[in-house]
Parts: sequence; structure tokens; C-alpha cells
Amino acid sequence: MIDEKFDAIVVGAGPSGNAAALVMAREGLNVLQIERGEYSGSKNVQGAILYADALEQIIPDFREDAPLERHVIEQRMWTMDDRSHTGMHYRSDDFNEDKPNRYTILRAQFDKWFSAKVREAGALLLCETTVTELVRDLKGKVIGVQTDRQGAPIMADIVVLAEGVNGLVGQRSGLREEVSPDSVALAVKEMHFLPREVVEARFNLKGNEGVVIEAMGTITKGMTGTGFLYTNEESISVGIGCIVSDMTESEVTPYELLDAFKKHPSIRPLLEGSECKEYAAHLIPEGGYNAIPKLHGDGWLVVGDAGQFVNAVHREGSNLAMTTGRLAAETVIELHRKREEMSEANLKRYLARLEDTFVMKDLKKYKGIPALLHGNKGNFFGTYPQLISQAMQTWFRVDGVDKKSKEKAIMKNFRETRTLRGMLGDAFKLARAWR
Amino acid sequence: MAEDKKPATPQGGGRANTRKELPEHFKAYKHVWVAVEIEHGQIHSVSFELLGEGRKLADKRGVELAAVVMGDDRARLEEAAKECFEFGADCVYLACDPALVHYRNETATNVLTDLVNTYKPEILLLGATNLGRDLAGSVATTLKTGLTADSTELEIDEEGSLAATRPTFGGSLLCTIFTLNFRPQMATVRPRVMPMPERDPGRTGRIVEFDPQIVEDDIVTKVLDFIADRDSDKANLPYADIVVAGGLGLGSEENFQLVKRLAEVMGAEYGGSRPLVQKGWITADRQIGQTGKTIRPKLYIAAGISGAIQHRVGVEGADMIVAINTDPKAPIFEFAHLGIVADAVTLLPALTQAFSARLRINRLAS
Amino acid sequence: MHIVVCIKQVPDSAQIRVHPVTNTIMRQGVPTIINPYDLFALEEALRLRDKFGGEVTVLTMGPPTAVESLRKALTFGADRAVLLTDRYFAGSDTLATSFALSMALKKIGAEFGDPAIIFTGKQTIDGDTAQVGPGIAKRLDRNQLTYVSKIVETDLVNRTITVERRAEGGVQVLQSRFPVLITMLEATNEMRRGSVENALKAARAEVVTWNAEAVGIEDLTQCGLRGSPTIVKKVFAPGGRTDEVQLVDNEGNPEARANALIDAIFARSPDVEKDLFDQAAHHF
Ligand SMILES: Cc1cc2nc3c(=O)[nH]c(=O)nc-3n(C[C@H](O)[C@H](O)[C@H](O)COP(=O)(O)OP(=O)(O)OC[C@H]3O[C@@H](n4cnc5c(N)ncnc54)[C@H](O)[C@@H]3O)c2cc1C
Ligand SMILES: Cc1cc2nc3c(=O)[nH]c(=O)nc-3n(C[C@H](O)[C@H](O)[C@H](O)COP(=O)(O)OP(=O)(O)OC[C@H]3O[C@@H](n4cnc5c(N)ncnc54)[C@H](O)[C@@H]3O)c2cc1C
Ligand SMILES: Nc1ncnc2c1ncn2[C@@H]1O[C@H](COP(=O)(O)O)[C@@H](O)[C@H]1O
Repeated sequence: MIDEKFDAIVVGAGPSGNAAALVMAREGLNVLQIERGEYSGSKNVQGAILYADALEQIIPDFREDAPLERHVIEQRMWTMDDRSHTGMHYRSDDFNEDKPNRYTILRAQFDKWFSAKVREAGALLLCETTVTELVRDLKGKVIGVQTDRQGAPIMADIVVLAEGVNGLVGQRSGLREEVSPDSVALAVKEMHFLPREVVEARFNLKGNEGVVIEAMGTITKGMTGTGFLYTNEESISVGIGCIVSDMTESEVTPYELLDAFKKHPSIRPLLEGSECKEYAAHLIPEGGYNAIPKLHGDGWLVVGDAGQFVNAVHREGSNLAMTTGRLAAETVIELHRKREEMSEANLKRYLARLEDTFVMKDLKKYKGIPALLHGNKGNFFGTYPQLISQAMQTWFRVDGVDKKSKEKAIMKNFRETRTLRGMLGDAFKLARAWR
Repeated sequence: MAEDKKPATPQGGGRANTRKELPEHFKAYKHVWVAVEIEHGQIHSVSFELLGEGRKLADKRGVELAAVVMGDDRARLEEAAKECFEFGADCVYLACDPALVHYRNETATNVLTDLVNTYKPEILLLGATNLGRDLAGSVATTLKTGLTADSTELEIDEEGSLAATRPTFGGSLLCTIFTLNFRPQMATVRPRVMPMPERDPGRTGRIVEFDPQIVEDDIVTKVLDFIADRDSDKANLPYADIVVAGGLGLGSEENFQLVKRLAEVMGAEYGGSRPLVQKGWITADRQIGQTGKTIRPKLYIAAGISGAIQHRVGVEGADMIVAINTDPKAPIFEFAHLGIVADAVTLLPALTQAFSARLRINRLAS
Repeated sequence: MHIVVCIKQVPDSAQIRVHPVTNTIMRQGVPTIINPYDLFALEEALRLRDKFGGEVTVLTMGPPTAVESLRKALTFGADRAVLLTDRYFAGSDTLATSFALSMALKKIGAEFGDPAIIFTGKQTIDGDTAQVGPGIAKRLDRNQLTYVSKIVETDLVNRTITVERRAEGGVQVLQSRFPVLITMLEATNEMRRGSVENALKAARAEVVTWNAEAVGIEDLTQCGLRGSPTIVKKVFAPGGRTDEVQLVDNEGNPEARANALIDAIFARSPDVEKDLFDQAAHHF
């Protein structure tokens, strides 16, 4: 056995693991972090939105040296059919504030930066090392981890599982169930290089301003999912994701989906002349509140995607990851200080902390939405976007038909495609799930 | 050598565009040299290619082209000198010594640096072979001058300096490199990058004898043995007239045999892209490209190869590139002369069939 | 036996792109790796140490972030890592690089024992010159053995080393005397995976960091851009060919298409056709 025992081992160096390791190390705990990738972020999908608040709580002056691409001043929400999109855009100069609220980032670079902070704080990081299993004592308490490197297990008072959506270590060690294909989306994503001048001209930006497009509609071919496009400094991230079970049913490959999305007449001109540099696929937990597994036990805690902490509706993930990582760390620090045991009973304080924050509040608020969208995917991701688009076209085409007739035609089209009752019902359900 | 060199250049990054007056002591450096590679009595053909290229540079500069030959067998060296004249050299520096029987870094470096210091060439070219790179690196460091490795293009600029262009960053870019304030300006060039010059039988020149005065006992490194590659199975890709190659698109080692079969029927060499070496489908000496062999065949057939830049730089010298690929957008179609959008696994056997049928008919007819 | 391995941290060239407008390298997000050729040298060094005892020191010259590669080398099992970093080294060509490295190597010799062997890789994937190894050897006046494919024998008593060296057309068996510099050929071995203990040790290790002054460089004109006789004047993307590819028809069965392709080949190059038939005539 390795003679040394750590105060804590963190499995994974994504946003949740980095947050947990940083906060604990900064308080003087002897922390070991283990990451299977070549470096923190190497396995992470490029291009994402960073929500400043969660990070600010951990590193208040992060803006000084974090690799941020652009701050978001404009949000576009599109519903799309095959040839058009209907959009709502919100752009405000207020987002050009001193401390902007949202940024586009490249995860590989951001995670690397974050990881450097973690090490500066004193945590040890082992890369290219995969945790294969948790090690338990006779009473079942987790006391360390076994890795795929030759050698004895490494011991610690507590193991924080920040291993991401699959949660394989937790699963293999019997702490949780396998993730259900109903509650994870498979997202594919590409990075397209474009000179910064082109990005700025194309999206009407100056300096480090950025735009985010979120899209839903027939682009997912009737499956539950969304597409997105983010502007980075010298590139554009474009991707699309759908619930895994839908994808297996429909036999559409994610790549075909992305290809079609990129060729959509509303998207193609935005990517014109760019060079695709990276391609990646990743899972996103989208089951929401109802999919959260057990989060604590004797000697272990779960944070981030491994705990299904993602708000799919608002596309928030990394902020929940960092917040849960921080809260787990604070719980451990408290117990460590008071020399209390890392027992299931004591670690319950982590849950209490979670309840108190936006994390649980938001997830509870939206807990009905995943099932609703998934249950009515034909309507939400096919019928409605088409109807909206047809209505818009009827409305805006000036062709000698009087407006009154146009209104009628639109309503008729709606009713023929989807009964008024059905529509009202969906609207009602959506409103209730939102509440 | 080193003490009189004073690179008093301005600060910072602006230096790249400065051209200082060449230091006085370098002004005597004149003529273009090629260090000729002789191993086991054979002149490496890259040396002839360099003589061809060196001839052009020398003519542009209005100077002489000289070759350096070294070895232990005087008759052979004189023979080599004759060949050098026929390929364009005006002068040959001939160093004969028993210690030069095999290539060794120490001896060769000493001979070449002594020659340079005595006769002061302005340009010194070597082949980018294992021998040439080993020697060039040592000589350049000893002379404290600049060396551009693996050049693909050599030019003389308006001001008379050598402009050596080479691939950089894995072949995705080219850069042009100068050695403005030092002499000689050194460059290595890979085999088959420059065309083979015409031979001018009977052309002669003068031989300058150079006695290296090597004391074998002073030389630390000894050659114990030389194990020649068994010629039978060794690929001779760089010099083949026809090359058939396969890539990952073939899908399996079994399917790669289709490439071999076509090559056989056509009397061609076969090769492949780098991933095939990594997968063990072919040996490393059959890899074509930046980190493999540069080829210059009359006909190159690439089946299931995407045409990545690292592959491209190794085949661009081919007279005709034929691409077989299922993906019409594959980059190889950007530089192939002839292309066919087809599944190589079905097309290759058909090609093999068709070629052998035609060859047979032709033979019967003649 | 003390062995030093020179490693370089390089951008993973498979992931480099050229900016379509400015023709500059876009390093954005390009991960760095240990120059793959250097890993063969490092593994060979580790094997020699495991067999004969002693220590392996890894040395790199590069920006402060190059410490990542050093740490990785420690994970593989190296005993000590030295980072040579200074802004004066920026823009070094091979001559300036070999100068700086040779100064660091002298200091390593003085502080940790003169290395019997200095290893370098055959070449780097970014510089790709294969000049730095020979350059260091000359600077330190060491015997050099380049393109070594195998270390046949090391005789520590007589201080001799016998290697196989890849030469043109064959393999040279060379014997030389310590201290030597060896540049290691690729694909000669496979890098081991470090144990948990090594990984932990590496994560903790202090990397020895020296600047120009620390290694006793007084004459800064020998460093960086100023110490580099070669001058890169122009960087540009390879020009595309102007004539478009001639595509053979999509019609017909494989036989028909194969024949169409052969016709097209022969039409373009009667020379190839003639060669083929001449050769066939000889063959049968
Ligand atoms: C396409 C896509 C777009 C997204 N966009 C956004 C966005 O715009 N904004 C946002 O806030 N969120 C977004 N998310 C969600 C966000 O990426 C995740 O919520 C966040 O990364 C979760 O962090 P984490 O640390 O829990 O997990 P991860 O980031 O997945 O990190 C887990 C780490 O653990 C390592 N690991 C796993 N198993 C082991 C093991 N056994 N041993 C050692 N190491 C292991 C992994 O290599 C990985 O580095 C997006 C996700 C996807 C897929
Ligand atoms: C430093 C460095 C040096 C390198 N040096 C070299 C080098 O010297 N030489 C080299 O080759 N590579 C080199 N590479 C690798 C190079 O970047 C490419 O990865 C490699 O050339 C790709 O090999 P490929 O074309 O066989 O495979 P892929 O890129 O996978 O292409 C396969 C192609 O086959 C096509 N295809 C698929 N199925 C079929 C079918 N049934 N019939 C016909 N076509 C089909 C596909 O459309 C595709 O275009 C180097 C890389 C690096 C980083
Ligand atoms: N900056 C550097 N630091 C340490 N070693 C280097 C450096 N540059 C080159 N080398 C070594 O020299 C070898 C040849 O490099 P190159 O001449 O650039 O092809 C490499 O394989 C390394 O072992």
C-alpha cells in the first residue's frame, strides 16, 4: 500500500472536480485529483458557455487571466423548420458591463487554466490515470481508489466523484444505477475556424462581444433535442444534441443530424468559408431532478454531471457542476475541521447545502419538463415549429391576399394539423412544468 | 572560426527583415559546393540531384560548382569525380584516406570543415539522408553557420543570397529561410525532391587533392560491421517509375493485398500512408510522405488515401497522380491529376484484371 | 550511470491549422505533446538505468509551460527534470538551441554528475531538422552516434558502447567511447506506463528551473533570435494546383470503370503505357 493517506481524492478534473479540489486544497487539505485524460480538459468537448457567477464564487478575479473567448451580448432563440427560422433575439449593450455575466469559452483551454489554479492551490493531479474502482473497508465505507496504473490503491478519508455523466466508477462500485438512455442526450459538436474579422462582421460584433444561437425544431427530425451555435474569438462552435433513446429508435446518426443542421439555409451562411477543426461527441445528462442518483454515502460524494446536475432547458451545466463541487468541498472542509467522520449521516449536510441554492431550486422547478418534451416530441420538435414557420410565411408574404383571410388560413392550418384542444393541452402542460 | 563572428544585430523581433552588410571576412566566400555521398562505392543519387540544382545556383551567381568526394579508394574516387563532372561540377575536391573507408561523423566532419575553411564556399549543399543530416548538423555547428534542413526549393534572391524553402509545422506551411550574415549558407535536400539532371558524357573539370591527414588512432568511433539491407524485399520507392499505394480507406490488411496485386501486375512498387505502418500492414520503409519516403514516379496510384498534407508533400513530385476514393470531397482530389470516385475494394481487382488482360493481349499481338 | 535525455514540448502537429487569411499558425487550442521521437530516447535511457543503475535526467528548453512535458517524463520514470527557460531564448534556431542546451548540459554535469550518455530524439515534429542533437555533440565535443536503432552493448568497465546505426542501404555497427551523444531512431521501443508511485512522485517533484544566467551564459548574442544565423523571411501556405482533377465517369460496372481509368491514364501519359508494355514484354 502507498503509505500516504490523502484527506480527499477527487475523481475527474472537469469543472466540478476542479471546483471541489480547488476549494479543499485552498483550505489546506491534502487533495489528490485523478484525471483519465492527458490533461484536464483533454477529454472535454470544445466550445461552451461559461456562466460567470458560479466561477466568481470560487475565483473572484477569474477575469484577469482565464481564457475567455467572447462575452455574450446577444441571445437568439430560433424555432426552425427545414427552410426557415422564426427567431427571438435579445441584444443589449447592458451586457457590455464591467463584469460580464456570460462568456463563450473553449473547454480544453478553460479546463487547463482552471486545473492550473487547482495545482497552485496545492492539490496534486495525476493525469492519464483512470480510477477503476472504489476501495472499501469491511464495513463498506469507501476508503480509497484503485487506478489502472500498476501499484497499490491510494487511500483517502473521502472520495469525491466528479467523473462526469457516465458515472462509471460509481456504477461499477454499486453506488448507483446505470444512466438511462431516456435521460441523457448525445451532443455532437464541431469547431469551425474563421478569422476574427469575419466572425465580427457576420454577427455584427465588435471587440470581444459574442452571440449565442439556440435552436429547436425539425432540425432534430422529430427527436427531443436542440441545436446551437456560439461565436468564439476566432471560431464558431456548432452542435446539436438529442436524447439517446430517441436516437437509437430513429437510427439517424448524430453526424447526419449535424450535417443537416450545418446545411440549413439559416445556418450555412454563418459558417461559410470556415474550416472544421475539431469534432467531438459527448453526453449531457438531461433527466433533470427526477434522474438525480444517490449523492452521498460513507466516504463518498457525487458532484457535477455525475449527479445529473444539468438544467437542460437553460443549457446550464458547468455552473451547476462548479457549484456542487464547491458545496461538496465546503461540506468536507467542515467535517475535516471538526474532525468529524466522513460518514453518510454527516455528509448529508451536502444535501442540505444543495437545497439552499439555485441548483436544487431550478432543477425542482423544471422537473416535469424533460418527460413532457420527450413525451410530446412529435409536436414540440416537428409540428409546432412547422406551423409557426408556415404562419410567419403567410403573414409576411405580400401577395394581394387580405390580412383577414391570412389570419384565417393560419388558424385553419394550425387546427388541421393539431387540434385546438391538443395544442391548448400542450401549452398548459408546458406552463405547468415551467412553473 | 567562432571568435571573429559578431552578430551585432538589432534588438527584438525586427531582425528577420534586416540585411546587414556581409562581414568583411565572409566576402571571400565564393562558389557552390555539393558534399557527395559515397557509401560502399556507390554515389547516392541525391548527390547528382544536388549537382543539378547546384549548377543552376552557380550559374545564377556566376561562380563555379564544386563537389566534395571522400573515401579510401582512390580509383573509385577518381571515377566518382568523373561522374560529378558529367553531372555538372567544374571542380572536385578529393579527399582520400584509409580512415575514410566508412562514413563516420568525426572524420567526415573534420574533412569537410577543413575544406570549407580552406577554400571558402558560399553555398554548401548536402542530401537530407541519414548520412547527410548527421554530417550537415555537425559541420554547421562547428562552423557556427546557418543550416536549412530538408529544403524543397532553392533559389538565389535579387541580392544574391540563398533562399531555401522548406515545409514546416508538419507540412502545413512552407517557409523560406536565409542565412544572410554567415557563410557558407548550408542546406540539405531530400532525395527525389529535385529532378535528376541530364548527364553530359565526357564533360570534365579539375581535381583538387586534399590530404586529410587522419590518424586512425585518434578516432574514437570504430565501424565494426555493416549489415547491408537485403535488397530482395526492400522497397525502392523513391526511384520507382510506378507506385501503387493504399490508405486506411481499404479497411483491412486483407484488402491491402489488392494494392500489392495491382503493383505486381504493373511491375510497380507498393507503399502506403502512415497509419498503415502504425497498424503493421506495411513496414516503415514503405511509408510515403513527410516522415516517410518522397517519391517522384511517372505514375502514382493512391487508393483509399485521403491526401493529408503530410502525405501530399511526399507525392507531389509525381508526374501523374491518380486517386481512387469514395469521398468526392477528399483532399486528395485537390492535387490528383486523375480521379475516380469509387470503392477501391471493388475497383482495384477490376484494375488488376484489366491491366493484366491488356498486357497479355499486347504480348500476344507482338 | 547518469543519463540525460533532451526532450522538446511540441504542438501536436496533427491538430495545427493555418489561418486562411493571414497564413499564420493558429495555435488556439492546439494541445502540446512530448515530441514523439524523444519518447524512444527516453525509454531507452530508462531501460539502461534499470539495467545498470544510476539516474535519468530530462532536460528541455522551452516556455514555462514546458514543465508539463517534464512532469510527464517523470511519470514515465525519469529521476530528475530540468527546465531551461528565458525570454532571451525565444526565436532560437538549431544553432542557438544547441548552444543553450549545451550550456545547461554543462551545468547538469557539474551539479549532478557528468552524463555518460546524452540522448536526443532523431528529430522534432515541429522543427523537424535533426540538427540539434549533432549540434549539442559538437558544442560539447562529444562522440556522437546518430540514428541509433539498437544499443548492442554497454561496457561500463572499458567505457565503450556498441550500437547499430541506421545508415543508407544498411545498418552500421559502431563502437564508441563514453561520454557519447546518441540520437535515437523511431519505433525502437515502446514507452512504458509509469506506476502509481511514479505518478505521485512526478506530480510532486520540484522541477529544476534555470535561466540563461543560471547556466552561465554571458554572451546573450549567442541566444534566441540574435544567436540564430538562419532567418525565416516568409511563411506561406503551399499553393494549390491550378488545373482541376479530371474525374473518370461514374457510370458502369467496375470492369468498365477500370478500363475507362486505364484509358485516361494512357491518354495522359503514352510514356507510361509504353513502359508498361515494354516491361511486360520482358517479363513474360
Ligand atoms: C455539447 C455540450 C454543450 C454544453 N454546453 C454547455 C454550456 O454551454 N454551458 C454549460 O454550463 N454547460 C454546458 N454543457 C454541460 C457541461 O459541459 C457539463 O455540465 C460539465 O462539463 C460538467 O462538469 P463535470 O466536471 O461534472 O464533468 P466533466 O466535465 O464531464 O468532467 C469529468 C472528468 O472526469 C474524468 N473522468 C471520468 N471518469 C474518470 C475515471 N474513472 N478516472 C479518472 N477520471 C475520470 C473525465 O475525463 C473528465 O475530465 C454542455 C455539454 C455538452 C456535452
Ligand atoms: C508529424 C506527422 C507526420 C506525418 N507523416 C505522414 C507521412 O509521412 N505519410 C502519411 O501518409 N501520413 C503522415 N501523417 C499522417 C497524416 O496526417 C494522415 O493522418 C494520414 O496520411 C491519413 O492516412 P489515410 O489517408 O490512409 O487515412 P484517412 O485519412 O483515414 O483516409 C482514408 C480515405 O479513404 C477513403 N475511403 C474510405 N473507404 C474507401 C473505399 N472503400 N474505397 C476508396 N476510398 C475509401 C476515405 O474517403 C478517406 O479519404 C503524419 C502525421 C503527422 C502528425
Ligand atoms: N528546445 C529543446 N529542448 C530540449 N531538447 C531539444 C529541443 N529542441 C530539440 N531538442 C532535441 O533535439 C532533437 C532534434 O531536434 P530538431 O533538430 O529540432 O529536429 C529532438 O528530438 C530533441 O531531443
